[in-house]
Amino acid sequence: MEYKVPTMAEMAAEGKEPEILFWVGCAGSFDDRYKNVTRAFVKILNKVGISFAVLGPEEACTGDPARRAGNEFLFQMQATANIQVLNGYNIKKVVTACPHCFNTIKNEYPELGGNYEVIHHSTYLQQLINDGKVSMKGGGEFKGKKITYHDSCYLGRANQIYEAPREVLEALDAELVEMKRCKTKGFCCGAGGSQMWKEPEPGFKDVNVDRAEEAIDTGATTIATACPFCMTMLSDGVKSKNKENDVKVLDLAELIAKNEGLD
Amino acid sequence: MEYLPQILFILIVGAAAFIMAKRISRIRKNILLGRDTDRSDRKGERFRNMMLVAFGQKKMFKRPIPAILHLFVYIGFIVINLEVLEFIIDGIFGTHRYFASIVGGEGAYTWLMNIFEFLAVGVIVSCTIFLIRRKVLRVDRLHGQEMTAWPKMDATIILVTEIILMFAILTMNAADSLLQTRNPEYITTGTLFFSSFLKPLFEDMSTSALIALERAAWWFHIIGILAFAIYITYSKHLHIFLAFPNTYFANLNRRGKMQNMPEVTREVKMMLGIPDETGASAAATVNESEGHGGSGAAPQEVATLGAKDINDLNWKNLLDAYTCTECGRCTSRCPANQTGKKLSPRKIMMDTRDRAEEVGQSLDKGGPGLEDGKTLFRNYITEEEINACTTCNACVEACPVQIDPLSIILQIRRYMAMEESSSPQEWQMMFQNIETSFAPWKFPPSDRFNWADSLKK
Ligand code: SF4
Ligand code: SF4
Repeated sequence: MEYKVPTMAEMAAEGKEPEILFWVGCAGSFDDRYKNVTRAFVKILNKVGISFAVLGPEEACTGDPARRAGNEFLFQMQATANIQVLNGYNIKKVVTACPHCFNTIKNEYPELGGNYEVIHHSTYLQQLINDGKVSMKGGGEFKGKKITYHDSCYLGRANQIYEAPREVLEALDAELVEMKRCKTKGFCCGAGGSQMWKEPEPGFKDVNVDRAEEAIDTGATTIATACPFCMTMLSDGVKSKNKENDVKVLDLAELIAKNEGLD
Repeated sequence: MEYLPQILFILIVGAAAFIMAKRISRIRKNILLGRDTDRSDRKGERFRNMMLVAFGQKKMFKRPIPAILHLFVYIGFIVINLEVLEFIIDGIFGTHRYFASIVGGEGAYTWLMNIFEFLAVGVIVSCTIFLIRRKVLRVDRLHGQEMTAWPKMDATIILVTEIILMFAILTMNAADSLLQTRNPEYITTGTLFFSSFLKPLFEDMSTSALIALERAAWWFHIIGILAFAIYITYSKHLHIFLAFPNTYFANLNRRGKMQNMPEVTREVKMMLGIPDETGASAAATVNESEGHGGSGAAPQEVATLGAKDINDLNWKNLLDAYTCTECGRCTSRCPANQTGKKLSPRKIMMDTRDRAEEVGQSLDKGGPGLEDGKTLFRNYITEEEINACTTCNACVEACPVQIDPLSIILQIRRYMAMEESSSPQEWQMMFQNIETSFAPWKFPPSDRFNWADSLKK
């Protein structure tokens, strides 16, 4: 099947303005595993018939990794350039699957002149389900299966989004099993604060292994994530326990796409 | 001679008040060594937050057992202060149980005294359990690398002192009740439930010995309270006062939002040739920065970028440090700490406070203060700790008095990245990637949209 992925530049050339801009993010664009999440989300958008566009080659890092590592100059250079592009296209509504992009554009761009309605894809998917736009036929692939959800710090504690991802999972008719450290007490995957780009400091254990163990201990066969870095960290953690054949790490968008037969 | 006790009392209270005032002014000055940050907005929301979190102890109840025990000590502390008021009046005017002489010893006063005694027993029980949790059960979060000899001693001193002070009240009441039966001059206070259990201990004492015991307990209690009040200004126990301003001035923004650096915004807009709406201040920076080119180096007039020492932090960071109760809830949730890294958010707060105290003490003696060749970052907090943080906000979420250790960590990272270029090598490469390929990984920007290729087929 052929899917449409219009860019803002193409839309603008036709004099059109999409309803939403899908902000893909660097992981969504370059990470081999996570690109599948980007595609799954695009498939869902196509199926629902939402008018959307991406920036394509015009997109650039939000600057979050630089800012969290202390390089405020670089962050503001990135942010200012991005805001110029977004404002140039008169963007009103941004949807992204990356909680770090979400947090930065939503909370940190306004001060620098970028004011948009920013929605994380977990909230967006929940809205689509609630509005009946994604039908979520029961008896799908995940019915009755045990799924555990790993809270991303930048969705949860940083932005108080705890329920939307869980409601999406419940719509799958799956059995949601919680880890002991969940929601406000959620344990980080280990990648935030730019840890994604360096080796951890010495300790007796890696954070992602600790978290993967906790997730595996729930007996779930799927670990649901809603963040590209959580996905990488937990996949690596599961692998380090040689459990990658029994326990899958999947993003919310992939779960829905699978359930809808969009694979 | 008759007025000797009163004179002595007034001298003691006066001396205590003087020492307290000096100490409070020192702490205030220390906190104000920090940079300014505007927390004067959203007053209603701030007040509500303070009532919920400090007064209502909202965050404590995430861990119910310590919360209930703590509630006893907390209510005990507030209510028993009423009794201290009577002590002060009695001490100054040479009266005995002044409130009883006004409202009558029986009835309301008996009720009040019984409530005090109930709370005193509550405090004794709670503090004893707290001691057991620390010393016998050795609850994890109450230990750890930064809990060295002094912080542990501090906690023990506080708990033991509270227990002894409460016993002093009960002893005084028991002795007083016995005296009421022997000497009609003692105003009768009705049956005081808890202290009556102590009466058998003192029953056989002579009246003069009882009078001495009652007086001794009275003096012990009031001097003890005054000494304790001074002591806590040197201790983690300061949270009993500072929890209120600290929650009032807490950060009300989304936790994910980092504090902006307007001086960097001005510089960046200038470099990109974007007019800055903030008019006048931008013009000032333009003048100051002339000749600095686009190197990204900060003009000399501009303060340090990020934080190296306490005066680079803002006053709220320092208020946080003085408010910290060293409870370790933050550290017990820190993913870095829980997997064996050196980072401990509690240590960040304790180090900040220790450094502020060091600077303050030096200034008091006319010493070099901040210019003593030491700094918070490096002499107290190391790179290894700063680099280990995942910015997960678990510490911020866990803190019962809304302290923000992450804010300090991120300001030190800014100092490392922008003033010293001492960020980890891998991060410097990541910076380079963003600068040249607009992504933290080294991929050609032209490949950014390749993910869609397979969809379009
Ligand atoms: S934000 Fe940093 S210091 Fe605080 S709990 Fe997370 S990793 Fe630890
Ligand atoms: S920062 Fe807060 S949670 Fe951490 S030790 Fe201090 S008071 Fe406790």
